[in-house]
Amino acid sequence: MRVRFWGTRGSIPVALTSADIRDKVAEALYRAQGRSFASVGEAYDYAVAHLDFSLTHTFGGHSPCVEIENGGDEYFVCDMGSGARPFGAHVLARQSGRPASVNVFMSHVHWDHIMGFPFFGPAYAAGTRIRIHGCHDTLEHAFRLQQAPPCFPVEFSQLAAQIEFVKLAPGRSHEVSGVQVTPAPQMHSGDSYGYRFEHGGKSFVYTTDSEHKLENRAQTDRFVRFFHGADVVVFDAMYSLADAISVKADWGHSSNIIGVELCQMARVKHLVLFHHEPAYDDATIESVLRETRRFEELTRGARALQISAAYDGLELDV
Amino acid sequence: MPLAHRLYDSALVLAPSGRLDHDNCEAFREELAPFLERSAKERLAIVLDLAGLEYVSSAGLRCFMLAAKQAKAQNSRIVIAAMQPVVSEIFQIARFNLVFDAFPKVRDALAALSPAAAAAFDRG
Ligand SMILES: [Zn+2]
Ligand SMILES: [Zn+2]
Repeated sequence: MRVRFWGTRGSIPVALTSADIRDKVAEALYRAQGRSFASVGEAYDYAVAHLDFSLTHTFGGHSPCVEIENGGDEYFVCDMGSGARPFGAHVLARQSGRPASVNVFMSHVHWDHIMGFPFFGPAYAAGTRIRIHGCHDTLEHAFRLQQAPPCFPVEFSQLAAQIEFVKLAPGRSHEVSGVQVTPAPQMHSGDSYGYRFEHGGKSFVYTTDSEHKLENRAQTDRFVRFFHGADVVVFDAMYSLADAISVKADWGHSSNIIGVELCQMARVKHLVLFHHEPAYDDATIESVLRETRRFEELTRGARALQISAAYDGLELDV
Repeated sequence: MPLAHRLYDSALVLAPSGRLDHDNCEAFREELAPFLERSAKERLAIVLDLAGLEYVSSAGLRCFMLAAKQAKAQNSRIVIAAMQPVVSEIFQIARFNLVFDAFPKVRDALAALSPAAAAAFDRG
């Protein structure tokens, strides 16, 4: 499987500001002091090799949308946040006129996870088949509601694609176009569901908008089983541990520390921090990543856990 | 986990040791409870002397958070002293440095709480 991140920000999309760009350029020029570059290519190589990721890149600002490629003709995607707009453009370009078949898996229907759908190009293309999977009874209602007047000019019923809603039972494994998918209930306002995808001997877990109560041992054990041995776990690490268990308790999100501890217990290979706090700039997310890797090092048992921070445009082989 | 304790004037110094994690954090909370009650009754501040604490997991950090909340609710105060480097790093990464005032040595913590407590410490 190959996983491609189209949206990684939590709660609301954000964009780099002109001040952010100015500061990045100024800092990069300052760090390059005394050097001269014979070509743009040379400067590019220097930037990639010597400057921080947060100076040369951005984690991006689209809300959740994560594509899973399994080598087949159909598309698989988790959530329809604002990242669904560029994902839709990618689908249309790749199909070049041929109708697409898209399997969507919804964690829940909070706005940041559905807001990209009215801008998902393939939904306007006749012949496209979209199957929206989820465990909520309110799934279809939420998709129709956000396109109802006076909030959006095109009603859901006017979309050209053939759209079906498929209810999945949590805790059970379902076969969807050759991929095994298991949803698991999570603690979040209005409930949310994580998904475990298995294909070709590999496993990928998408678990966002999920709060973990440390005192609830049964819940911890259930998640350790859900994550067990996964190759990649995409995890809601929106808050610091201190915030998650005090001022932001019951806000429905988790922390980098809990992500590491659960993945260590579950013998996961690769943890990907996800649903980044919209108030964090690139440097902050990069330092959270650095600290999370350090925490893993301090608490490492027999085997190391690889840790990344998701960014819009990241592609991972699973 | 044995919870050693000493009183210096108006400050109780408690010294948990070993590892504080999922397996023993409830026992630690039970040991801590009478000291929290006593600190409310006798208007004592609490210094957690962490020199003997080797490791703390999220479950252990939660115990510290609950204790801090209770102290705040009863108008008393908990501060931290003498963390080992690993525990100090974990506090930082979990942002617990924003929840607790931490001091390099027990004496520094006592001095910050009250001159009388520091003087009592100096007398031994
Ligand atoms: Zn969200
Ligand atoms: Zn949500």
